[in-house]
Amino acid sequence: MLDNGKTDTLLEINNIEVIYSHVILVLKGVSLKVLNGGITALLGGNGAGKTTTLKAVSNLLHSERGEVTKGTITYRNQEIVGLDPSEMVKRGVIQVMEGRHCFEHLTIEENLMTGAYTRGDGRGAIEADLEKVYTYFPRLKVRRKSQAGYTSGGEQQMCAIGRALMSKPETILLDEPSMGLAPQLVEEIFGIVKGLNEKEGVSFLLAEQNTNVALRFAHYGYILESGRVVMDGPADELRENPDVKEFYLGMSEEGRKSFRNVRSYRRRKRWLS
Amino acid sequence: MPDKFLFAMEVMLNGLMAGVLYSLVALGFVLIFKASGIFNYAQGVMALFAALTLVGIKDGQIPFAHLINAIFGTNIHHFGWHLPAFVAIIFTVIVMIGFAWLVQRFIFRHLVNQEPIILFMATIGLAYFLEGVGDLMWGSDIKKLDVGIPKGMNETIELLTYNRFGYGFFIDNLDIFATFLAVILVTVLVGFSQYTKQGRALRAVADDHQAALSVGISLGYIWVLVWSIAGVVALVAGTVWGAKSGVQFSLSLIALKALPVLMLGGFTSIPGAIVGGLIIGVGEKLFEFLVGPMIGGATENWFAYVLALVFLVFRPQGLFGERIIERV
Repeated sequence: MLDNGKTDTLLEINNIEVIYSHVILVLKGVSLKVLNGGITALLGGNGAGKTTTLKAVSNLLHSERGEVTKGTITYRNQEIVGLDPSEMVKRGVIQVMEGRHCFEHLTIEENLMTGAYTRGDGRGAIEADLEKVYTYFPRLKVRRKSQAGYTSGGEQQMCAIGRALMSKPETILLDEPSMGLAPQLVEEIFGIVKGLNEKEGVSFLLAEQNTNVALRFAHYGYILESGRVVMDGPADELRENPDVKEFYLGMSEEGRKSFRNVRSYRRRKRWLS
Repeated sequence: MPDKFLFAMEVMLNGLMAGVLYSLVALGFVLIFKASGIFNYAQGVMALFAALTLVGIKDGQIPFAHLINAIFGTNIHHFGWHLPAFVAIIFTVIVMIGFAWLVQRFIFRHLVNQEPIILFMATIGLAYFLEGVGDLMWGSDIKKLDVGIPKGMNETIELLTYNRFGYGFFIDNLDIFATFLAVILVTVLVGFSQYTKQGRALRAVADDHQAALSVGISLGYIWVLVWSIAGVVALVAGTVWGAKSGVQFSLSLIALKALPVLMLGGFTSIPGAIVGGLIIGVGEKLFEFLVGPMIGGATENWFAYVLALVFLVFRPQGLFGERIIERV
């Protein structure tokens, strides 16, 4: 996996519990680490707590009446629970939300420029970064004067990632980039993510349901199930794990099984906390 | 040229000028709606409150004088100063910014991510609250507002038109002044929202609160900014209305005329607010002049609303409103 020598921990989540509206317990003790320069995948089905984990880090939780009630989150060894989202962006952590969330009435270029909102390093640097984003996403350059609301899903996803890049991030929390996109586009976007990781040194914490694609591009993976981490390991090991194969990749040694057999199958899982 | 035609021309011009005043109020609505998706029912009351505060500060009225006198048995009413209009305006702007901060801190901060209807109801509450506070602070009597805006018939226009057509047009200087003010205000606002970083952030917040948060835009700061701008626009509208017909509480009702203006122009368009205001202004004056006598007059009360209704049926987003983007 990480062979560039950079193996220090950027982000460390330690046994956090998240409660929404004071009653709904969503994360029941999640711990994970994001290494500098790595792509860390957070896998699991609907409602497993992937998005909540990302939002706990970026602290977008607060505006959804969620709260980290236990545990700690540190970024570069500094406690970050409860910081403003804008403070997180200034520290280099930015979230790309699930479902794109482009500003639909702004043009693509204006969308990208909003990403630079917290930066104070002058127009020249920002323009240079804009060009850089256009080299990674040439399609955005073509569409840069169109209203984001009228662009395709793939273009919007690119716009959302490009917008995050404009903040000069160190870590991008990328939520479900494959959602609603054709397989070919998913490959294209993941390819770009990989490129950003390798060439720009951006670290990623990636929440995905598409386990197959995520494990091909990530270095390390965590599997979440109903608010807990049930398994973790280097991506290539997870890919070979028989449980992961059966439950998340949809294959097993005996080929496809009938659901009758699946039902009685007991999973071997261990609880991490 | 027939006299009736010239007279209609004059009516139309006066309608245009009255329309500018509607536009000024409508502008405040559009700003807040664009930036936060909130339809601010309190905009009219804000104009009233701004005008009251301006008069109060200018004439050295003591705020809450009645209340203080009732509690402490004192008899104070005035500080005994008369400030120049310019200084009073600066103080009023500061008050409106303070008001914006309070609104954001105590109301909208707690309503992030709520349904638009809930935000709307909050502004209805705010409107009544502010009207009450305005009354308590400055008293409910009709006040004269004189900030040096020229008033009375513009003689140059009268003379020019008299020489040209043999009939002098009556156009109020105040209306001409208001028109210039509106043009300046709109130019500045459009420039701000289209070409500055803060303006872009403001539009971003309007589109998607969560996404704006995620790129590090502080919602609180943007909202204080927007409400401050709306407060200043309210001050301009309130001052012009107040100079025209005195500062009185019926001003908040006149402000509701901004609703048909917005339906016509579109809730999300600054030029729409202006054009809508002009159309309503001219429309209701001309209608009253041409059709009014046939059906017993007083058409100005309802003409704007009927026109708006027609628009709602045929073009719900208004003349310049943003099309609702929906991808299928």
